Amino acid sequence: MIRDIAPVQIAPTRIDWPMLAQRWRVPLLAVGLAALPWIVPSQALAVNILIFGLYATGFNLLFGFTGMLSFGHAAFFGAGAYGTGIALARFGIGWFGAIGTGIAVASALALLIGALSIRSRGIYFSMVTLALAQLIYYIALQATGWTGGENGLRGLTVLTLHIGPLTLNFLDPTVKYYVILAFVVAALWAVSRLLNAPFGAAIEAIRENEGRAAACGYDVKRIKLVAFVLSGSICGLAGALNALHLSIVPIDSLSYQTSGLAVIMVLLGGAGTFFGPFIGAAIFLLIEDVFSLWTVHWQLFAGMVFILAVLFLPHGVWGTLVSWRKGREP
Amino acid sequence: MSATPVLAAEGIGKRFGGFTALDDVNVAFERGRLTAIIGPNGAGKSTFFSLLSGAVAPTEGHIHFEGVDVAGEPQHRFARMGIARSYQITNLFPQLSVHENVRLACQAMHAPARRSLWRDRTRYTGLADEADAALAQVGLASRRKRLAASLAHGEQRALEIAVALASRPKLLLLDEPTAGMSPEETKEMMALIGRLAAERTVLLVEHKMKMVMGLADRIVVLHQGKLLASGTPDEIRADAAVRRVYLGEGRSGRG
Repeated sequence: MIRDIAPVQIAPTRIDWPMLAQRWRVPLLAVGLAALPWIVPSQALAVNILIFGLYATGFNLLFGFTGMLSFGHAAFFGAGAYGTGIALARFGIGWFGAIGTGIAVASALALLIGALSIRSRGIYFSMVTLALAQLIYYIALQATGWTGGENGLRGLTVLTLHIGPLTLNFLDPTVKYYVILAFVVAALWAVSRLLNAPFGAAIEAIRENEGRAAACGYDVKRIKLVAFVLSGSICGLAGALNALHLSIVPIDSLSYQTSGLAVIMVLLGGAGTFFGPFIGAAIFLLIEDVFSLWTVHWQLFAGMVFILAVLFLPHGVWGTLVSWRKGREP
Repeated sequence: MSATPVLAAEGIGKRFGGFTALDDVNVAFERGRLTAIIGPNGAGKSTFFSLLSGAVAPTEGHIHFEGVDVAGEPQHRFARMGIARSYQITNLFPQLSVHENVRLACQAMHAPARRSLWRDRTRYTGLADEADAALAQVGLASRRKRLAASLAHGEQRALEIAVALASRPKLLLLDEPTAGMSPEETKEMMALIGRLAAERTVLLVEHKMKMVMGLADRIVVLHQGKLLASGTPDEIRADAAVRRVYLGEGRSGRG
């Protein structure tokens, strides 16, 4: 598929770093994530960074690139998790099919919530997504027969993975980490392709100036809906991986705190950047990991870091680096 | 008068609640002509433009573009049929490069590219070349890598035109392209508009009377949401009603 026939314009005297980073961003991030278990204090933290980094990446597609601030993305994370969990625990579907089910459920829900919410803009859009996600939360809380209600969904432990002739022990943390990594990298590759495609240009146009995009000939509503569904399906995959990782789906997967988590991580790392969501997820989860050893009030520190970041790094940690580089260009 | 109209407004009107911004306007714009739309502030020029570009649907009447009634269609359909506009207040994609601003307009007109979710955008090399051609036409070729937001005001006005041009419109609507420009920039812009009008149908809203009189083939005068007069510059100059409401108001023109 990838044939480098197209002439690439690289200035002979100067290395075009942004261009290089753009071309190699998926392999770069994949290598970084593959090394993560040896960099961060614990393997459990590394898995969380993987999963929540992907979740934030899905959210960033809508917020950072299309300019739509959803406060309800927990609905898709949760739908992916419950879809996978119910497929495993209630229907005995294999792990791979269960992940597919989770993504399908999350995408279908995103189509529904997206179609209802993109009618409004700005803060009204945010409020509609929040309200609909809360609706999903309470439905899941009440439907105990399906979801396990408050206790969460249990009985979905996956012990071994059969991939062709290969049998992997999914209880081995290292195996688990790299299986999840494989899915995350595949999703990142897909997101990168989307962003490099004309579609990626069109959603940025909508973020920058919706009216002008329509005047240029873009069907803004349709593009927004496609972006919403794609964003939801990536968050659904993150939820599905989390269900496999935890062997349980807590009801918190659907809570508004989970929606807020995506907003915080993306703002910390840098909205509208490729690496930002993972950097934001890593910072937030590291703070949780380190400070929760000392105090149960670790969120106090996370909150302070968030406030400082919003005040002094409005483009996020990675976003600030990127714009600093851009500013130095001729 | 024998030329077939590209665009015809038939009894179009726009009400916002109880306020009538535009009332029963009938005008036909002939192919290949440069028509200027003038009128005092609040005459309904901008509303008229918004209706013709599909940004706002009329509450009454029909808009025929090349014989098809397009009133009420969504704005992106207007653009795809070949109606492009520039804006009175600069309306660009500020955090994207100058080249990307124009390339986006080219991409929107190219159906396979517009629908593509997967193929790398740099593989549509034709679009990038088209964008460069449009930038060269307005004299912005050397600025292609800059962010649109970082351009000087006059350059942003030129980029406005390039974005509208990039879709290769059959009908180009220019809403006060010289707004806020220096006399020197205004002169350049007017020369550019003259060149553009040689190849396509252009509608121009402009306050600078003298310039319009020298440039336009036809002039449409709006006043208080109604069509006051339309005709050649000489006819308009001689029109008693126009002299009363508009020309007499400020001898040197506004802006």
